[in-house]
Amino acid sequence: MTTDLPQLSLLGTTALLFEAPGETSLTTQCRIWALALEAGRLPGVREAVPGMNNLMIAFAEPPRHRGQIEHRLIELWHALEPLPVAGRCLDLPVVYGGDGGPHMADVVAHTGLSVDDIVAIHSAPTYTVYALGSHPGYCYLGGMDQRIATPRRKVPVLRIPRGAVSIGGSQTGVSASDGPSGWNTIGSTEVAFFDVERTPPALLQPGDCIRFKTIRVLR
Amino acid sequence: MIEVLSAGALATVQDLGRTGALNLGVGTSGAMDPLALAAGNILLRNEENAAALEIPLFPFRVRFTHSTVFAVTGADCAPRLDEAPVLPWWAHRADAGQVLSLAVPSTATWRASRVYLCIAGGIDVPSVLGSRSTQLRGAFGGLEGRPLRDGDRLPIAEPPGRAKTGFGITPPGLALPLEVDGLTAVRVLPAAEYDSFTPSSHEALWSEPWKITSQSDRYGYRLAGPELRPQRPMELRSHGIVPGVIQVPHGGQPIIQMRDAQPSGGYPKIGTVIDADLWRLGQAPIGSRIRFVLCSWDEALDASAATRRWLSNARRLVELYCNQGAVR
Repeated sequence: MTTDLPQLSLLGTTALLFEAPGETSLTTQCRIWALALEAGRLPGVREAVPGMNNLMIAFAEPPRHRGQIEHRLIELWHALEPLPVAGRCLDLPVVYGGDGGPHMADVVAHTGLSVDDIVAIHSAPTYTVYALGSHPGYCYLGGMDQRIATPRRKVPVLRIPRGAVSIGGSQTGVSASDGPSGWNTIGSTEVAFFDVERTPPALLQPGDCIRFKTIRVLR
Repeated sequence: MIEVLSAGALATVQDLGRTGALNLGVGTSGAMDPLALAAGNILLRNEENAAALEIPLFPFRVRFTHSTVFAVTGADCAPRLDEAPVLPWWAHRADAGQVLSLAVPSTATWRASRVYLCIAGGIDVPSVLGSRSTQLRGAFGGLEGRPLRDGDRLPIAEPPGRAKTGFGITPPGLALPLEVDGLTAVRVLPAAEYDSFTPSSHEALWSEPWKITSQSDRYGYRLAGPELRPQRPMELRSHGIVPGVIQVPHGGQPIIQMRDAQPSGGYPKIGTVIDADLWRLGQAPIGSRIRFVLCSWDEALDASAATRRWLSNARRLVELYCNQGAVR
């Protein structure tokens, strides 16, 4: 599915999904942020929610004729200037492998790399927060080295703990609370990404970044 | 105040859900059967969005500490006030100290599994990020962000003072039925990856029954049926999703995202159960089988309009009855 055009699809009558063309990139994500700002102001839209190089438009009221909003989104996409990245950086200490990284073996098996290689590759980049989603305070990160990409699990795990560092497809992230996940957990850290008593409740926002600092590798 | 004597398990405070916090990663939560919650509130002349108790497991018992008008909607759970049987989908008054008991629902009258205990005035827990619904994953909203326990005491908001008793409405399970081959049916709009599945997967989706397995809850319904296969494996970039989205993990057995689902995901989506039919799904018992029916955008919007008409008609009848009583 290589095309230069954005793809639009339905999420029932509740929302519309806008997917940017091309390889995942920060430049594209900056355009998604710009589009989110504009799309959130369109009539009938309750919230515009960035994902990884895509945008969900949640309707306050679904339009009888979708053509108009679809056309407007594509028009905006071509006209908008990317929003620049401007954020703060958070260092997270990680214990890789062991009980806190139960799926490290699956990543080894899939990639053919050693545990040490995987840890070195995973902890090297500075990851940009592309979007929040999944569960309260969770950050979708861009910038993972594709050599450690590992498919999501055949059957999701019913409970992985808060602080789990995991890989799903070409992405990586850190669970903000206990819950089900289809990703492969390779390590653990401790951080409070979300506190409903705090303003704003989420620790990070799109444009911020995360660096993983290896404190131990368990085998 | 109402006091929980026997909480069963997984009973929670819910309203119609939390909107506008998706950008914080906060999903919608809210009643699995929003129609039963809204209709119960209409019976009590509350706002449709007033918070109530959602009860999925039985027996469940509460004591009213004050004289209270209430309605039990959703499944037919043979409610009893002290020893006396009372009708579901009906406005009743309980005196201070009376105990309401709810039993395992019967599906002989209509097929449903969850019960809503609605109270005149509504359950008065704090509104968090715009809603009183329990956010289990985030552990906020509802009562301390958790399911109810024996001994919990729930505050009731001051009722508007105009709730009446002695009347009811026909449950939507009887008034708005939708079945295929005797099974509960829900309408589905194809989603982004629909065309990437094999023809035999399409055939199976629309023509086979799908069993709701025991690994199903407010987060999602894991279904069992024929394996759904994409033409080639897909790894998608994470994106926003909504309750009703039917994801197909690599194992080929679909999962329908429900009210506590995460607001984003990355498994391929074959379709989305339309908003107007989510209440049917919310009431479908574990172990039961359902059917999917393909629908168009216009049909989906018409279905939403029909649901809204049913609610506004219920509101009209309740107001008519109550005002008539006032004149007499």
